[in-house]
Amino acid sequence: MSNITETLTPTIQKRAKQDPFQYHDYYQIDDLLTDEHKLIRESVRSWIKKEVSPIIEEYAQQAKFPRHLVKQMGEIGAFGSNLPAEYGGGGLDDISYGIIMQELERCDSGIRSTASVQSSLVMYPIYKFGSEEQRRKYLPKLATGEWLGSFGLTEPNHGSNPKGMTTRIKDEGDHYLLNGAKMWISNAPFADLAVVWAKDDEDIIRGVIVERGMEGFTTPETHGKWSLRASATGELVFDNVKVPKENLLPKSKGLRSPLTCLSSARYGIAWGAIGAAMDCYDSALRYSLERIQFGKPIGGFQLTQKKLAEMITEITKAQLLAWRLGTLKNQGKATPAQISMAKRNNVEIALKIAREARQIHGGMGITDEYPIMRHMMNLESVVTYEGTHDIHLLITGMDVTGLNAFK
Amino acid sequence: MKLLVCICKTPDTTAKISFTNDNTQFDTNNVSFIMNPTDEWYALVRAIEVKEQLGGTVTVITVGQKDLDQIVRKALAIGADNAVRVNAEPTDAYFVAKQIAAHAQGENYDLIFTGKETIDYNGFMVGGMLAELLDLPFVSLANHMEIEGNTATVSRDIEGGVEKLTVDTPFVVSAQKGMAEQRIPNMRGIMMARRKPLKVVEPVAAASLISTKVYELPPERKSVKLVDPENPAELVRLLHEEAKVI
Ligand SMILES: Cc1cc2nc3c(=O)[nH]c(=O)nc-3n(C[C@H](O)[C@H](O)[C@H](O)COP(=O)(O)OP(=O)(O)OC[C@H]3O[C@@H](n4cnc5c(N)ncnc54)[C@H](O)[C@@H]3O)c2cc1C
Repeated sequence: MSNITETLTPTIQKRAKQDPFQYHDYYQIDDLLTDEHKLIRESVRSWIKKEVSPIIEEYAQQAKFPRHLVKQMGEIGAFGSNLPAEYGGGGLDDISYGIIMQELERCDSGIRSTASVQSSLVMYPIYKFGSEEQRRKYLPKLATGEWLGSFGLTEPNHGSNPKGMTTRIKDEGDHYLLNGAKMWISNAPFADLAVVWAKDDEDIIRGVIVERGMEGFTTPETHGKWSLRASATGELVFDNVKVPKENLLPKSKGLRSPLTCLSSARYGIAWGAIGAAMDCYDSALRYSLERIQFGKPIGGFQLTQKKLAEMITEITKAQLLAWRLGTLKNQGKATPAQISMAKRNNVEIALKIAREARQIHGGMGITDEYPIMRHMMNLESVVTYEGTHDIHLLITGMDVTGLNAFK
Repeated sequence: MKLLVCICKTPDTTAKISFTNDNTQFDTNNVSFIMNPTDEWYALVRAIEVKEQLGGTVTVITVGQKDLDQIVRKALAIGADNAVRVNAEPTDAYFVAKQIAAHAQGENYDLIFTGKETIDYNGFMVGGMLAELLDLPFVSLANHMEIEGNTATVSRDIEGGVEKLTVDTPFVVSAQKGMAEQRIPNMRGIMMARRKPLKVVEPVAAASLISTKVYELPPERKSVKLVDPENPAELVRLLHEEAKVI
């Protein structure tokens, strides 16, 4: 007789299965990278292959967050790599940050999401809008992964339109009283703290740091996701939460502040999505050379070659876009609209590549023997969060015409 | 403890191997190189562990051209303190051992590590030659090592068993699987490696004693014959008549 509790919650063990991923550099883009960039890529890739690839399918299947990886990500340096070393950051450039995101998402968009949120949406706003005391108090512990953070912008009734948010902080003299709810918040169920965006008494959007344990603050988990299953998502609910005044991010002011954070995260997604696309392409290419039908490898059929040719073309274009954007960002010249374009394009091509790669794998493509279906489902979140595909089209549209189509 | 680790490059294990100039030269076109795994995983990491335990410095040394700098940087990112590159093409084991010996003389290292072998030419030679040139004891193929005071206890695999021996510092040891476990450099280490010193020195005069006449690739694997599972007699016949193994 089988033990029911055991079959429902089997322990998650590493599979013997190897991660066979191989990198295809069709345009010698490596020549554009420094030795240090390549060492960063090799290091993150080795860590992924050793610690994450063997367990990711199980965690995704069981919709569990591999919490033990948070500390390891801190150790490898996946949190705040482009922030100054004096606050625990890596002191690396923006291309390095992008490469780290690419390698994490090459394995799983959920793992990359955890790192994106921690780096760009929690550490970055504390660094950019926080006081010196806040920087010293929070950043080093977030960098090591001792603390996990989340970013609360989206609300049940305000997704694409965060400006309409109804979460509020009320000045009560010696503290703020925080009320409202945030939805779709990555890392929320396990977060030690949250950077929360709320309107003050003058209707100006401000950022506050809310810590777990504050009375009236809860983080119920969102269940039933078919996407980003290895990343925990939840709500942030504030019921008369007393937030000390020193937890206000003093330099945050208006919607621009959270949007600046989103620009930083979107930049990482532009690189990350290439990772998912590369993994799908690599798997599809290998499968197409191994799988024999009608007496020859399916890679020998013209329709399969069309798919593979288009995939590597789009990956190459996306790589060049990301590299150029990273170069501009290193020089402090990348505009939010340029970042928006790269996020939209690279996620879209990754999603298309995942769908085509799934077809090349035939029936095997729907199983967890191959990473394809997981990537494909993950990318449905990636194409939606941090600005949906259509919202990014409107950003480019507004940028080139000067006309606002949002309202 | 003053520790020296000898490192070199080898082709990436996924590289396609081919030769040029009438099969006398390895064709390095489109081949990417990595740090020789036995140097990296076993020698370097064990040296860093010894330093962490007993204090001291870890120096890495390599004999090679400028393209090796990226491999040296990796060693520094993993945790070595400083590096020396002898700016010369490593033509054979004796030439390499001579260069390293020239550096080590007068530096008074307590312990010199090499990897068991390079995974390309599989010579197993530099460590032994180096010990001889420096007049130091040599322990090969070590898979475990503990140090107390000036004495090290070292285990090495021998045919059918394990040999345990003691040896006083200074000595040369070649490390193999078991000595330590791979350490993946983290971002902080990679950033710190930027500021660690890498000294480039010119080679001392030394002869290359060996030159390669020709390389041959292993014969291609023959195609597989599938035998109908209903027909074991055919399998026996093939094994007997064609494979000639029964
Ligand atoms: C897994 C996951 C994790 C997330 N993590 C976080 C997080 O950590 N923090 C956080 O704050 N948020 C997070 N989000 C929320 C995410 O940013 C929102 O889902 C996203 O902004 C879209 O909002 P919405 O879901 O309310 O969709 P809506 O805004 O309701 O959009 C629905 C559809 O309408 C379209 N639409 C909306 N407005 C327009 C318009 N003006 N013109 C044309 N079309 C329009 C959209 O493009 C979309 O197709 C996460 C979401 C997911 C799925």
